[in-house]
Formats: sequence, structure tokens, C-alpha cells
Amino acid sequence: MKDMMPNFNLVQPADLASAISTLADAGENGWAMAGGQDSLDWFKDRVKRPTTVVDLSGVPGLSGVTETADGGVEIGAMTTLTEVENNPIIKEKFGVLAMAAGRVASPQIRNQGTLGGNISQDARCWYYRSGLDCYRAGGNTCYADTPEGMNREHCLFGASRCVAVTPSDTAVAVTTLEAEMVIAGPGGERVVPASEYFIGPAIDITRMTVLEPGEVLTTIRIPGKWAGAQFSFEKVADRNTWDFALVNMACAMKISGGVIEDISLTCGAVECVPKRLTVVEDIVRGSAPNEETANLGAGAASRGASPLNYNHFKIPLMENLVRKAIRG
Amino acid sequence: MQKKFSSNRYDPQGAVRDDVSRRHFIKGVIACGTVAGAAGLMTGCSDSGDGGSAPAGSAERLISINVNGMSRNVDVMPNETLAHTLRNKLGLTGTKLGCDRGSCGACTVMIDGTTVNSCSILTHTVRNANVVTVEGVGGGNGELHPVQTAMIEELAPQCGYCTPGQVVSGVALLQRNPNPTREEVRHALAGNLCRCGAYNNYVNAIVKAAGSA
Ligand SMILES: Cc1cc2nc3c(=O)[nH]c(=O)nc-3n(C[C@H](O)[C@H](O)[C@H](O)COP(=O)(O)OP(=O)(O)OC[C@H]3O[C@@H](n4cnc5c(N)ncnc54)[C@H](O)[C@@H]3O)c2cc1C
Ligand code: SF4
Ligand code: FES
Ligand code: FES
Repeated sequence: MKDMMPNFNLVQPADLASAISTLADAGENGWAMAGGQDSLDWFKDRVKRPTTVVDLSGVPGLSGVTETADGGVEIGAMTTLTEVENNPIIKEKFGVLAMAAGRVASPQIRNQGTLGGNISQDARCWYYRSGLDCYRAGGNTCYADTPEGMNREHCLFGASRCVAVTPSDTAVAVTTLEAEMVIAGPGGERVVPASEYFIGPAIDITRMTVLEPGEVLTTIRIPGKWAGAQFSFEKVADRNTWDFALVNMACAMKISGGVIEDISLTCGAVECVPKRLTVVEDIVRGSAPNEETANLGAGAASRGASPLNYNHFKIPLMENLVRKAIRG
Repeated sequence: MQKKFSSNRYDPQGAVRDDVSRRHFIKGVIACGTVAGAAGLMTGCSDSGDGGSAPAGSAERLISINVNGMSRNVDVMPNETLAHTLRNKLGLTGTKLGCDRGSCGACTVMIDGTTVNSCSILTHTVRNANVVTVEGVGGGNGELHPVQTAMIEELAPQCGYCTPGQVVSGVALLQRNPNPTREEVRHALAGNLCRCGAYNNYVNAIVKAAGSA
């Protein structure tokens, strides 16, 4: 049987200041809604019960793509994934983000889901999503990390009571591109690099990002640094549509004189945050992008992994995706 | 505008006339429990009162939305999905509900020409947009869209439950790309699950329609 989600107050502000003040007033009971593709599922399942939902779709200035003076782009947080996938500037300069956006969910979800919402979405651990009172939900156990726990999709790295992973395809791409997140809140604006925007359970087990109640992500700022690099994005999932990555990999490489002059490589779905593979980057930088270099890099990719009962397969998968990213 | 779609394809109960008064709305609200009950839905009508404590900027419940070229007046709760409004309040039951979680595409409609899952969007967020459902893709007098004709010719549907969503995705594709490749068709239909596995038939139909649309 289908039923309706519980009731809430829907507020549809026409400017950013009132969106922020409404959210700040509501505090923990408030919820910022972008495309709603993650939000509404939480409400329908009664796992999250906000009393005030602030629809950001009527707030002007939160969507669109503009080029910046440093050769980068600023992408409004409310820009849909379909727009990100098809935007000519993003495709030309930062193709890895367009590719990642194009692999999210389904066409319908990409038409409605936003870049800001995709990178800010909550964990997909089904124990948590089905409303169990686990650590992430404020309780005192983890259902996934038990001998019987179904943890095929869970993490290899960075476990700290919770073993959930980042589910987002675009988070990996914005991390590789070293993006900055512009966040507006009651106290003004702050700018947070992607490497600090995503947070793991050791920092705060109940949140996936640094966003505080009352804050709105307004812009994803991509610096010019990786513009026009050689990009690749790979996602392995059980199904091609609607399915989250078992492992995904975003790579930006600058090749000059036949060697890898610089590289940025990020792996998703293996840790609670997108995992920048700096060890691999250090190994392959300065070498030719060939089979031998790819093998050396791949061998180091999963160093330090602690697999759970059912997710050992992620180790060779991750290594193969590193190999593929480097040798092309 | 209303003339264009004055055919009897619309449930006269659902179509709200211009001279509608607040009383009609109230009747509509009372009726919604029964209609929805018959469809196996719990509407949450009873606990939908705002208790008068709504902050400034809260959504107004009595709204007009533009569906299939007609402006429709309707009483919409804040927590109401577009699929719910279409099916249970406007009588447009061509839009189906499969999963109610964004994972099947049975509820696909067009919003300003792009496809979305109507189960995963609040009606209040589309007040200023043009909604097109499967009932609105064809011509005014029950004429079928070339995509629909081609689906019949290709015997595309089996049980037919996913068909309205497949039609809407196909029509939206041909609107933005009248000559898609087979691969582009597959990509455009990728968000429409078919439990009968009639995928190839649907792709065949859209490819065929592309030649004649
Ligand atoms: C069936 C299905 C399959 C999916 N498959 C994939 C997949 O393969 N890959 C993938 O990456 N994702 C997938 N998703 C997740 C989906 O892509 C995201 O839910 C969607 O992109 C979220 O975007 P949204 O704009 O709809 O976010 P919303 O649901 O509106 O928001 C998501 C979260 O971010 C917060 N938020 C959003 N925007 C802002 C902002 N500007 N400021 C502050 N907070 C904000 C919200 O408060 C909320 O907590 C899937 C979802 C479904 C339902
Ligand atoms: S992995 Fe995290 S989210 Fe899942 S049950 Fe354990 S604590 Fe909860
Ligand atoms: S009913 Fe909307 S996607 Fe399944
Ligand atoms: S025809 Fe039966 S679900 Fe598609």
C-alpha cells in the first residue's frame, strides 16, 4: 500500500535571506530541499520527520554555470544534474564532472536532482535508511558491521563505528577537480574546500557534510587548475540505472612529454568521504601512463584497506579501476 | 486554452471549471478521502491541518496548476506529490504509481518539456510550470501521438503498466531530438522499468515513431 508522507510546513521563500532565516529558526527541525530526490524518500519512510521544509527552487541565483577569471567555473547548487551533464563549458573543460553527473540514477532523477543535492545526499546504508536506531541515527550500535550484517556495499577505509560509504557519483568528481563549496548561513558566507566539505564518522557520525542547520550550499566553485586535463570517470554498479556505485573512480591527468605531469585521482563508495588516492598519485607522477605505471599505482591503491565480511571484492575492483584510469 | 482540450477524455469530476468557488474546493477535500481510499491510498487528509501556525512564506493550499494546457484549480496539501494530485484529485489516472520511490518511472510526466518522476516531486513546486501527462501528449480529439501509434503497431506493451511512462519518456525525447539513434532512445528510456521486459519493443516503437513524428 502506498500512503502519504507525514505532514510538514512547506515554505517556499523567494530569496536566500529568508530561506536561511527560516531554516535557522527551525534548527534541527528544518530541512533544506533542492530537487527532493533524496529528501522525499526520507519523509515517506518516516525516518526523517522535519516540521519545516524549505523548498529552495524559488530562490533566485542558485542555478546556472558561469566561467570565472581563473579559467574555472561556478556552478549554482540548484543546477540540475542534466544541465551539468550537458553544459558545453563543463563538458569542454571539466568533462569528468559531466560524465559523473550523466551516470547518476536515471534520466528522470537527473532532470530533477541538483548538483548541490547530489553531493550533499545522506548515506545509503539500508539499515540506517530503514529507520533502525544505529550509530548514525543517534543510537549505539552498527547493524552493518556485525558477523551477519549485510555489508557488501560498505566501506574499506575510515570506519569509525559507522561503516557507511559516500553514495554520490558527483562528489568524487568535484573532489578530483579540487572544488570549493560556497556556503551561506545566518552568520554570512564561508568557503570550504571539497577535501573538508565531506566528513567521516570520526568527525561527526550523524552527518555526511559540514553543512550546519540553517546553512545553504549556494555554489560549487571549480578552479581553473584542471581545466582541459585528460579525464576519465568509471562507475561499477549492479545495474546501469537507479543504482549506486559499488566503486567509482574519477581521474584528471595532465600529460606532457609522454609522462604524467600531474594527476588527481578519487575513489568513491569505499569510505564515508570521497577518497583521494594521493599515494597512487605520488607513485605515478613523472612516469609514462602505461601498463607498468598503472600496475604500480594499482598495487598501492588499496593499501590500508580493512574489508568487512562481504566486501572484499571492492579491493580488486578498486585496483582495476585505478589501472584503467592510468593506462586509459 | 480550455477549448483546445474540451474533449471528453477528461474526467468531468476532475476538471474544475472556471466558475469554481471555494465551496467546490471544500467538497473536493471531503471527497478526497473516499476517492483515495478506493485507490488503496492513505491520504493523511486528517492530519494535514496546519494548525494556523504556518510561518510566513508557507505554501497556500488552494492553487492552480497547468496540466495538459489547462489551468486546474486544486486543493493541495504541502506534503502532496504530483502523482497524488494528478491521480486522486484531477482524475488523471493514466499516470501510474509503481514504487513511489523514484525507482521505476511508471509515474513519469513532463514538466516544462523534461521528464520527472511525479511520485518524487511536490505539487507545490510545479505551480508555475507546464505539466504534461500521458493524457496530454496526443491531439485534442483523442488522436494518438505518433509514439503511441507506433507502440500499438510494434505491440510494445505487454501488461501495459509501464506504458504511460514509456510514452511520456519517448515523446519528450522526440521533442528535443526528433531523430535519435537507437542508442539515444535506449538512454532516454533508461529510467522506465518494465517488469514484463518489453524493452526492445518500446525502443523499436520510438525508433519507428522518430521516422514519422
Ligand atoms: C532510485 C534512486 C537512485 C539513485 N541513484 C543514484 C546514483 O546512482 N548515484 C548518485 O550519486 N545518486 C543517486 N541517487 C541519489 C540522487 O541522485 C540524489 O538523491 C539527488 O541527486 C539529490 O539531489 P536533490 O537535488 O534531489 O537533493 P535533495 O533531496 O533535495 O537534497 C538532498 C540532501 O541535500 C541537502 N541539500 C540539497 N541541496 C542543498 C543546498 N543547496 N544547501 C543545503 N543543503 C542542501 C538536503 O537538505 C538533503 O539533505 C539516487 C536516488 C534515487 C531515488
Ligand atoms: S554502517 Fe553506519 S549507517 Fe549503516 S548501520 Fe552502521 S552505523 Fe548505521
Ligand atoms: S512510482 Fe514514481 S518512479 Fe516508481
Ligand atoms: S509492459 Fe508490463 S511492465 Fe512494461
